[in-house]
Amino acid sequence: MNIIVPIKQVPDLVEELEVDASGKGLDREWLKLKVNEFDDHALEEALLLKEENGGTVTVIALDGEDIDKALYAAAAKGADRVVKVTGDFEVPVPNHTAARALADVIKSMDCGLVLTGVQSVEDRDGQLGVLLAHYLGMPHISVVTHVSVNGGEVTVHKEYGGGVVAEYEATAPVVLGIQAARETPRYVPVAKVRQAMRSTALEEVAAHAADAGAGSSVSRMFKPESGGHAEMLQGSAEEVAGKLAEIIKSKM
Amino acid sequence: MSNNIFVITEHLKGQVDDVSYEMLGKAKELAASYGGQVIAVLLGSGAKSLADDFAADKVLYAGHPQLAEFNPEGYCKTIAGLVNSHEPKAVLVAYSSQGVDIAAALSVECDLPLVAYVSNLNAESITSQLYGGKMSVESKVEGERYIAAVLPGAFPADAGKGGGATVEEVAVPELDGLKVRFKHLIEPEGGDVDITQQKVLVSVGRGIQNEDNLPIVQELADKLGGALSSSRPIVDSKWLPKTRQVGKSGLKVKPKVYIAVGISGAPEHIEGMKDAECIIAINTDPNAPIFDYAHYGVTEDLFDVVPALTEKL
Ligand SMILES: Cc1cc2nc3c(=O)[nH]c(=O)nc-3n(C[C@H](O)[C@H](O)[C@H](O)COP(=O)(O)OP(=O)(O)OC[C@H]3O[C@@H](n4cnc5c(N)ncnc54)[C@H](O)[C@@H]3O)c2cc1C
Repeated sequence: MNIIVPIKQVPDLVEELEVDASGKGLDREWLKLKVNEFDDHALEEALLLKEENGGTVTVIALDGEDIDKALYAAAAKGADRVVKVTGDFEVPVPNHTAARALADVIKSMDCGLVLTGVQSVEDRDGQLGVLLAHYLGMPHISVVTHVSVNGGEVTVHKEYGGGVVAEYEATAPVVLGIQAARETPRYVPVAKVRQAMRSTALEEVAAHAADAGAGSSVSRMFKPESGGHAEMLQGSAEEVAGKLAEIIKSKM
Repeated sequence: MSNNIFVITEHLKGQVDDVSYEMLGKAKELAASYGGQVIAVLLGSGAKSLADDFAADKVLYAGHPQLAEFNPEGYCKTIAGLVNSHEPKAVLVAYSSQGVDIAAALSVECDLPLVAYVSNLNAESITSQLYGGKMSVESKVEGERYIAAVLPGAFPADAGKGGGATVEEVAVPELDGLKVRFKHLIEPEGGDVDITQQKVLVSVGRGIQNEDNLPIVQELADKLGGALSSSRPIVDSKWLPKTRQVGKSGLKVKPKVYIAVGISGAPEHIEGMKDAECIIAINTDPNAPIFDYAHYGVTEDLFDVVPALTEKL
């Protein structure tokens, strides 16, 4: 079964985020990007399924900052094809736009499964996988933690709260929003990514122009006002530990 | 088009999820400002009585054996049909495991803008929490109608309870030959400790870096006579069993003392612990959202503070 995995770069939340001068977006000048962590899980699950059942894994992404590096890293991990959809996209690109552009390209590919990360930190207009499924006319299941393939049928687990999962069977092709791969996403050393840069053909496909966008726009971005109800304890680690010990004892 | 507010309710194992009541309460406010009614949408099989406590003007009930359990395909088809024929002003869907499979589907099938991760909304503005809770954004929708995917826990549930709605049974579209089929629910295996019953939880997140460092937090938990719980990535990495996970897809906990160690405070984590009596957060990032929910905060390195604290107790 051929598996397609759309990936994207998102801001790394470890860095401090600032609002830009327009007051409507992030200041992207110093922003550090990384692959959406759930996309990493989707790719891992796709590679594991390929190792079990054969087939191919194609990783696809819209053009954007640092995306080549991410695609080469996917190739180094074992993706058979890496495809970049080129075009003049808004930053960050709304998921409606991304889903339409991706659907346009995926439509002409032979695919049994599309695995997306279940969500990203930038999904202001909804989750990509479900949008993509509906533009492709495929069914979808999100919050997936287990996938197995048997011919043209897939069995998946969808996760609820408290560790309860629902098992579904679906007839491929289907789009799955992956919450967690069964293994921790594999790591590739930089040397292997460099090697992939030399040996991998990064395919480019142009997106169709004129997109309708998300149907909504940001009018204001701001840091959440609460700004910490927490009373911050100051001092050395020793001093702070002393204060914490007192507080904890008084609450128990 | 109408000025009514649709609320897509949800249930699992015969129980309505609190988020449905939270949305119904909010919908009442919205309906008042738009001059419309609150319409609850309920799907199931023999499940009409689940609407008994809905504070709504009307309940649209779609009953069918294929809808007994949540099915992304069957549910989306049925709900999209209702939204298209009733043309409500706004549709509220939970940002939950079920809701993720509904909101974006409706956006495409009903051609309506969708705003996700919604933490607040009124007739003037829709606020979302993005970047793991580190930024808020207000969105402006084009056109008159929209869908909002609402974060669980954003509004009080009590405001959405009351009952007295008229229930209208609606026709269900053709559901034969669905490509997605529900099989069964799988319950989690019982764990060694029940974290929902602990007075003290030391909860560990990705800040702990690797499995070998876990004894640092375990020792603190032992000293306090409590248990070790965690954020999701720790469980995904298999360093702790699933039964220790706090949050949206884990357990909801309300201990007397909750010590979050190296946890950023993503909305999905907050959902599980915000009602703890005393929340203490240890995190080197002064902007970590966890400090918005904690009562006491410390920005020193966990590898210094935690052993020192264990020592002092
Ligand atoms: C559908 C869905 C359901 C989910 N359900 C859950 C759930 O039930 N529970 C859950 O927790 N998550 C859940 N998540 C995941 C959630 O979105 C976050 O990814 C997760 O909570 C982040 O975990 P974390 O805070 O441990 O890691 P991070 O967000 O990576 O935070 C690590 C923190 O450690 C701090 N840190 C690093 N080093 C140190 C140090 N030396 N000393 C002190 N602090 C340090 C950093 O500043 C950072 O804030 C869910 C996600 C989805 C999509």
